Amino acid sequence: MNFDFSDDQKMLKEQVSKFLSDKCGYDVVRRVLESDELYAEDVWKGLVEMGLTGTAIPEEYGGLGLGALELCVVAEELGRVAAPVPFSSSVFLATEAIKLAGSEAQKQKYLPKLAAGEIIGTLAMAEGTNAPSPRTVKASLKGGKLTGTKMPVPDGEIADIAVVLVNTGGSGDKALSLAIVELNGSGISKEQLKTIDPTRGHAALKFDGAAAELMGAEGEGWDLVRRVLDGAAVWTAFEQVGGAETAMWMARDYALERYAFGRQIGSYQAIKHKLADMYVKIELARSNSYYGAMMLNDNGAELIEAAAAARISATQAYIYAAQENIQTHGGIGYTWEANTQFFYRRAKLLALSLGSQLYWRERLVTQLEARNAA
Amino acid sequence: MDFNDTPEEAAYRAEVRKWLDANAKRKASKKDTLEALSGTDALQRAKDWQRKKAEAGFACITWPKEYGGQGGTSIQSVIYSQEEANYLVPTGFYDIGLGMCIPTVLAWGTEEHKARYVGPAIRGEEIWCQLFSEPAGGSDVAGLRTRAEKDGDEWVINGQKVWTSGAHYCDYGIVVVRTDPTVPKHKGLTMFIVDMKSPGVEVRPIRQMSGEANFNEVFFTDVRVPDSDRLGQPGDGWKVALTTLMNERLAVGGGGGADWSELVDLARDAELADGPAINNGAVRERIAQWYVETQGLKYTKFRTLTALSKGQTPGPESSISKIVSAPKMQELGSFAMDLQDIGGIIRDRDISAQNATFQNQWFGGAGYRIAGGTDEILRNIVAERVLGLPQDIRVDKNVPFNEMPKGK
Ligand SMILES: Cc1cc2nc3c(=O)[nH]c(=O)nc-3n(C[C@H](O)[C@H](O)[C@H](O)COP(=O)(O)OP(=O)(O)OC[C@H]3O[C@@H](n4cnc5c(N)ncnc54)[C@H](O)[C@@H]3O)c2cc1C
Repeated sequence: MNFDFSDDQKMLKEQVSKFLSDKCGYDVVRRVLESDELYAEDVWKGLVEMGLTGTAIPEEYGGLGLGALELCVVAEELGRVAAPVPFSSSVFLATEAIKLAGSEAQKQKYLPKLAAGEIIGTLAMAEGTNAPSPRTVKASLKGGKLTGTKMPVPDGEIADIAVVLVNTGGSGDKALSLAIVELNGSGISKEQLKTIDPTRGHAALKFDGAAAELMGAEGEGWDLVRRVLDGAAVWTAFEQVGGAETAMWMARDYALERYAFGRQIGSYQAIKHKLADMYVKIELARSNSYYGAMMLNDNGAELIEAAAAARISATQAYIYAAQENIQTHGGIGYTWEANTQFFYRRAKLLALSLGSQLYWRERLVTQLEARNAA
Repeated sequence: MDFNDTPEEAAYRAEVRKWLDANAKRKASKKDTLEALSGTDALQRAKDWQRKKAEAGFACITWPKEYGGQGGTSIQSVIYSQEEANYLVPTGFYDIGLGMCIPTVLAWGTEEHKARYVGPAIRGEEIWCQLFSEPAGGSDVAGLRTRAEKDGDEWVINGQKVWTSGAHYCDYGIVVVRTDPTVPKHKGLTMFIVDMKSPGVEVRPIRQMSGEANFNEVFFTDVRVPDSDRLGQPGDGWKVALTTLMNERLAVGGGGGADWSELVDLARDAELADGPAINNGAVRERIAQWYVETQGLKYTKFRTLTALSKGQTPGPESSISKIVSAPKMQELGSFAMDLQDIGGIIRDRDISAQNATFQNQWFGGAGYRIAGGTDEILRNIVAERVLGLPQDIRVDKNVPFNEMPKGK
């Protein structure tokens, strides 16, 4: 058994970590939070220069031709610093959707540009405050024209292309298809949304007969998008574990330096147990994430269960660590000035971004049931 | 055992309702509430409403008549609050002053204090804040460092308070300061009434994580307070502060925000991937759980009120209210966001479900778990003062304040 990343993967992790600690400190996160900047373009450019946007894109399409595991280590480091960049939208979602469902022509057209960071991609699923599903998705694709409103779309304002979940009129789960649309064409309006985490921009995209192409077979959209989400769930779990660890260490450091009643607050069991619980949750999440990574990399038979387990435990770990980090800080933790807020916001954003816990528990148990019956 | 009004209580309720009907608008929907609470003129509207209430005899119902109260019973006060909750009236600005500060003045003040300060506070003309917490300590408020030195008939205050809710619009505050650093920390404190417009008082707003700025830093630089504005004896500041803190547990216990019923509203509207949220077992379980907690708190309060009406004073057991309601506020907001799936990240009154109540509550809940006694401190209070468990080993009890270990 060798349930660990390789030395090369660890070196990549080291390299990304070094770049981000130099270039993506809290000052950068705060700058994006407090300004009109939609993302940290400087950090994004650096990631592109390192070739990371092409990590898992085959060499024939201009990528580095590495696998899922390399993206895991990158994700963890991005999460650790709460990086305000469109990496997840462009790489985990748009790129993977095209790799999975795109025609040869579509791959030729978009993957090299995505790899080179010349364009940013995103995945547009939701239409407001209901979970996207064959029953709620109404945006339509008829005769190459896309109509409807998608929101919230991650990085919708800065993205150049979007993979869009559309309703093509089939029955039941076959109602949905994927379409690909270039966002600088006509018949598209974009509006930035106010969200709980302005360090990761989200927009409403209104399509009014915008030119779009079907991607993948008609009626396969729901199946395809869920497969894309399974993969993204694993990478996001690493991002969540990275963020959770930062929140935990922030709380731990403060527990050592803050005194109450003449003692370090870290000497009180209420605080010790809180920190120990963070650690336990994070380690469980990390282990589940490793298994998810293995399944994803090997296209293993238990990918759905593994992805859901990684996602659920990483969500729980990050939410808990971020919220109890604030609690450990007391009043100062609840201020705008404190950096605790970055992780509170991001933890909840990531908890919702690929569908809430309710979606993932359902997906997990449905799968377990099927396995049990087989 | 019953909740029925006695004939006198029923008559009082009818009187209250009649007055409210004539003077305020009944709530039509939940959205109504939000509209009434926000806006830039909120403070002025709160002042107007407080004055009206006072004139009609519905403000500070249980306080003695001689100081401007009504000399009424706790039950009357409850009846009024129950009825008022059905109307669109401004709330919030007076909770700390009338809930905590003035009760402290009533308990510890001289006749002159009561004659001077209580009436204007009841009529809403003067608003009060609580100047206890400092950068060095909120839980350990007795570890405070702001000091006051006697100079003739005056005291000169220097130092800094923090997290002072409402200081930016308050007229007076009660401030606890260190007057003797050479004795153990609880013994060297003294409480004063301070005019927030005094020279040397500087209020700087602090922005909360949620974006609003409702609390402040308050700096004291050679602020002169007459000895006559002292509450209690020099060195008795901790005892005086405990009166305030006991009232705080009563005043802030409820929490507020969206509860199980708003969650039912949301669940009936929301579509999960596998169907309507209201049909989902996990959603139903949470609704049941929060209903049970809310009811438990409500009836706990009724028991406290019954005890109060029999002349007993509430003890540390009122801490349980916030132990339950503060985490619930945060978790319920968070879970309601889950029901909106990725759309739950939107925080926009015009787009989000129920005017972004849940998103705001998820932010606010994080602060509420800290304000007025943290989750951890309240559990310590229940464990130590109700259940009689031994205190943590205290290194600071018998050591002179100026020899105590201190951190950041
Ligand atoms: C929204 C808001 C409004 C406020 N309004 C006011 C106001 O109007 N006036 C005012 O005076 N103050 C106000 N406060 C301050 C509040 O009372 C303090 O923030 C609170 O008491 C915690 O103190 P602290 O911030 O110093 O945290 P600390 O006391 O430093 O606590 C840090 C952490 O250590 C834990 N801890 C501390 N001691 C122990 C122990 N013995 N055992 C276990 N755990 C422990 C705490 O629970 C917390 O998790 C407000 C705070 C907030 C958030």
